[in-house]
Amino acid sequence: MSEAVAAVRPRRGRPRGLPRPSTALLWALPPTALLAVVFLYPLALVVRQSVHPDTGGTSLQPYADVLASGAFREALWTTVWLALASTAGCLVLGFALALVIAFVPFPGARAVSRFVDVFLSFPSFLITLALVFVYGTAGLANGLWTDLTGAAEGPFRFLTTPWGVLLAEITYFTPFVMRPLLAAFSQLDTAQVEVAGSLGARAPMIVRRVILPEALPALAAGGSLVLVLCLNEFGIVLFTGAKDVTTLPMLVYGKAILESDYPGACVVAVVNVLISVGLYGLYRVVSRRAGA
Amino acid sequence: MGIRFDGVTVAYDGTVVLDALDLTVAPGEVMALLGPSGSGKTTALRAVAGFVRPASGRVFLGDRDVTDLPPHRRGIGMVVQSYALFPHLRVEDNVAFGLKARRVPRAEIRTRVAEALDLTGMAAHARRHPRELSGGQQQRVAIARALAVRPDVLLLDEPLSALDARLRSGMLTELARLHRELPDVTMLYVTHDQVEALTLADRIAVMDRARLQACGTPRELYRAPADAFTASFVGGANLLPVTVDGKGARFAGTHVELDTTAAAAGARATLCVRPHLVGVGDGPNRLTGTLAEIQWRGATHRLYVDVGGHQVMADVRELREPPGLGDAVTLHFAPEDAVLLPAGVGDE
Ligand SMILES: Nc1ncnc2c1ncn2[C@@H]1O[C@H](COP(=O)(O)OP(=O)(O)OP(=O)(O)O)[C@@H](O)[C@H]1O
Ligand SMILES: [Mg+2]
Repeated sequence: MSEAVAAVRPRRGRPRGLPRPSTALLWALPPTALLAVVFLYPLALVVRQSVHPDTGGTSLQPYADVLASGAFREALWTTVWLALASTAGCLVLGFALALVIAFVPFPGARAVSRFVDVFLSFPSFLITLALVFVYGTAGLANGLWTDLTGAAEGPFRFLTTPWGVLLAEITYFTPFVMRPLLAAFSQLDTAQVEVAGSLGARAPMIVRRVILPEALPALAAGGSLVLVLCLNEFGIVLFTGAKDVTTLPMLVYGKAILESDYPGACVVAVVNVLISVGLYGLYRVVSRRAGA
Repeated sequence: MGIRFDGVTVAYDGTVVLDALDLTVAPGEVMALLGPSGSGKTTALRAVAGFVRPASGRVFLGDRDVTDLPPHRRGIGMVVQSYALFPHLRVEDNVAFGLKARRVPRAEIRTRVAEALDLTGMAAHARRHPRELSGGQQQRVAIARALAVRPDVLLLDEPLSALDARLRSGMLTELARLHRELPDVTMLYVTHDQVEALTLADRIAVMDRARLQACGTPRELYRAPADAFTASFVGGANLLPVTVDGKGARFAGTHVELDTTAAAAGARATLCVRPHLVGVGDGPNRLTGTLAEIQWRGATHRLYVDVGGHQVMADVRELREPPGLGDAVTLHFAPEDAVLLPAGVGDE
């Protein structure tokens, strides 16, 4: 890339203040080196470890073992469907909420919009913890139920099932969809909405044919972000205490920390990274084709 | 179908931006809402379209009270300053939007879209997207989209203000033609440009600071404005403080003749005379002063003459030998070209 810059620059003359190409290369060195040390090197270690079984030597045996195991396949399936379902839920809920905040005038809409920003900075386990307080075995909802009916146990026990994880992920990640949507909506010419109304369109048609098409890039951006984040989510799954819900990150944790099966853990990690990067690449291709 | 404002008042956060507007637009009439920025023109238009709710008063379309009706049930065509075309839809789909919303059968949609595009001269661009059109073309599409639903009432909010001067005069001719071809469509045309209002409108409603100042045909407002604001805003005018005397009035120590039947002798009043009706040289109602400023405007010269401390403007045919600044200049105007207005308002 620096060669390309060097090839173009001399003819037009170098803009004042920019370092000469050789110096530019020097400037690129520290960040690249830093990136290599803190990110690429550990990643390389993970990949290396994944092809070094405990029995010694270099082989793809760990891959064969892991890919063949039922636990891995189940975790893979759980991860993918949870991520897809969470993303779908976040898109639907986020779109609906953003619509209301942006287009239904109510006092405090700005405050809610601000809160969305703050929400984004919360750690994911905080939301899960809140859900545990509300729906957990000893939580508010069950407590209320036992107090009212005198029963020994409340009926709310979905939190430790995949549905609990799904609920937590949708709750936590919906603002990630709302943020780009609210930005997109603030760019929309409200006169378009008004003209559509005066032409005889009711709210559903205005949403479908005027607002949605212009929100698609924002939905794609928010959706793909949430999808990748969900694929790699660890804190939420851990904090719901759902023992039967094993996602790939949980599997990595289990193999590495509980079973001390480092090659196995690394294999799963590599698969997880590949899926993330693959889906991200797919998104880039799709969004570029959509003109976003 | 006509439009009637019946004491329509609109307030934002307690600030009245439209003050008890009473105005009737006859079926098929073109009414211009003319006024400076912030005078409440758009607000009045939006009250008709249903996007603002009046704090009090009613809005009628024909005999129907539409004050409580949502916009989509009012059956109005609307063209806004920014055009607000739907960017992801082709021109033909933009025009078809209102027809689809009204569940018009598909075959009919096709003919009516073609009709509307023909009417606005955009048939050749039906397959394009809005971003592939020039400003003037987008404007035509916006008008075609509004007309495709065959509204009885068409609201236009400064539709030409985003165009350059040449395109604007072309579109003005187009709009006049459209109105001739669609004589039943009532048009409410918001503008702050008096040329647009004078050219296009059957009647002009002049607005200032949330109030209706005057309403009449362009000729009435131009020839015999009822107040100083209307006089200066519609066409521009010299507004000179005078004292009414016997058979005329005194202005800056000079006696001028004019019709004073409306005023009592001794009363203070404002004399209104259009710059292009003021001539240079000797004549009736002579005023002498010194030239303070002169502008060449191609076919005409605009003279600013200081007469006893008051500025008098005169638009005259291009002078072959224009006077120099500070030269003594004699002006005159015919008694019948002057109008006497109530005093005071012209000093604002
Ligand atoms: N949504 C709103 N909230 C608060 N004030 C508003 C709102 N819309 C308009 N106003 C105020 O109402 C007054 C009249 O506005 P309006 O848009 O009707 O003026 P206008 O005559 O159309 O002016 P322009 O020629 O600049 O378009 C202005 O003072 C404006 O600031
Ligand atoms: Mg306006």
